[in-house]
Amino acid sequence: MKLKFLAPAGIGFILLIAVWQMVYTFGNYDAVLFPPPLAVGAAILSLIQDGTLITHIQVSLYRFLLGYLSAVVIAVGLGLLLGRLPLLWSILDPIAQVIRPVSPIAWSPFIVLWFGIGDIPAIVIIFIAAFFPVLLSTVGAVRKVDASYLKVAENFEVKGFPLLFKVIFPAAFPFIANGLHIAVGTAWIFLVAGEMVGAQSGLGYLIVDARNSMRLDFVMAGIVFIGVLGLLLDKVVGVFERWINRQWGIRAT
Amino acid sequence: MGDAPFLSVEEISKTFHSDQVVNQVLDSISFTIQRGETIALLGESGCGKSTLLNIIGGFERPDQGFVKLQNEPITKPSRKAIMLFQHYGLLPWKSALKNVEFGLESSSLSAKERAERARHYLDLVGLSGKSQMFPHEVSGGMKQRIAIARALAPQPELILMDEPFAALDTFNRYHLQDQLLNIQAKEQTTIVLVTHDIDEAIYLADRIFIMHSNPGRIHHEIHVELSKPRDRSHPDFYAYRKQILDEFHFSRQESAIEFHI
Repeated sequence: MKLKFLAPAGIGFILLIAVWQMVYTFGNYDAVLFPPPLAVGAAILSLIQDGTLITHIQVSLYRFLLGYLSAVVIAVGLGLLLGRLPLLWSILDPIAQVIRPVSPIAWSPFIVLWFGIGDIPAIVIIFIAAFFPVLLSTVGAVRKVDASYLKVAENFEVKGFPLLFKVIFPAAFPFIANGLHIAVGTAWIFLVAGEMVGAQSGLGYLIVDARNSMRLDFVMAGIVFIGVLGLLLDKVVGVFERWINRQWGIRAT
Repeated sequence: MGDAPFLSVEEISKTFHSDQVVNQVLDSISFTIQRGETIALLGESGCGKSTLLNIIGGFERPDQGFVKLQNEPITKPSRKAIMLFQHYGLLPWKSALKNVEFGLESSSLSAKERAERARHYLDLVGLSGKSQMFPHEVSGGMKQRIAIARALAPQPELILMDEPFAALDTFNRYHLQDQLLNIQAKEQTTIVLVTHDIDEAIYLADRIFIMHSNPGRIHHEIHVELSKPRDRSHPDFYAYRKQILDEFHFSRQESAIEFHI
């Protein structure tokens, strides 16, 4: 099964690299403006060898996890309450709908002026990027909770916080997990943008820094790492989501 | 107060309004039930039997009339009257044992006492070995047995059943009906059962209320005076069956004799 997936993926990447190399060879492009696969490979190797890559990845993952996890905790908590308070949600929903389509980057002037430079701008941007998908999916999940569970809880006189944490949260969890999965992707996309705003380290900074010194091979190396790490994060959350569904008795479709 | 009926339903009426259509589902329904009785509400779908059950459970409010359990009016759902659903209403993220314990969630018992009592009722429904299984790992019949154990755990005054065995195949249904009779003999629970299954009503109930629709009324009350456990193939069983089929005009009045001996 693993092989069935890996073999086509391997063929795909070999083809991609081959086309890339051919475009470079036959197009007669400048290696500075269009780095060939080998140059990028060398850049990747040198980044791994001199240890800068590990530092950048550590910093990026730290910011990502801090921004993402705090967004998840706050958005899930708020979503559970707002899902149960339809009147309040009907007031707040339009506001959320207006803010949600705004790219978190648009807030960067405020973020830099309010929070300065360093780790915080990137964390705030990741937070904003993850917050809305999680909030909206949580509210939706709470409102979709099977009425029969609520009826059973009412019958056994379970109410208040026990109702919220022992019935509504677990009943909504498979749908919330789906929102968490979507938010990982969105937040990771904005990691690079966040680190281009005032950060002095991280994968996004690696790209900005390489651009400033016209090392497009290093830019490309950064892009490869961001893509691979994003894929890995997505897989981790996917495994988590499948585990939840199995635990909850939902058959994968 | 000793002679007040255990459960009394008095002059219940309920009307649903949708757009221009006014649908009177229940029209001044009254009856009383004694402790330990099993009552079947039998009728076609749409006769208001489930609405009546929901009103008895406190899940819906009647437009007129009231329900009193042990002389106290029922205004909201409570642990005194537990409802069993056709689709079990089990919490899929909890094991069988935890589902039964959920029935004791709002009780004052300690965690240990809860687990003990939950185990006791799982034993009673014959699932002692399955306490760690999850609902999606067991059959429909077992799911309903877990739900029955959960309903019994808080030791309610009354159990309300909304077509509890309708989703099961015939053999499982018969098996569970027998088990329910055993449990009821031990626990002396009072049961109100909503069903459209004539055999089920005769097999389980002390009294059968036949409901007709538009508006929903109790058309007829039948005392089933056979001793339990009953024999599904006994001529007396068939006599009740015929009586009920006549009520619903399903019997053939003038069927020709098909053969002579």
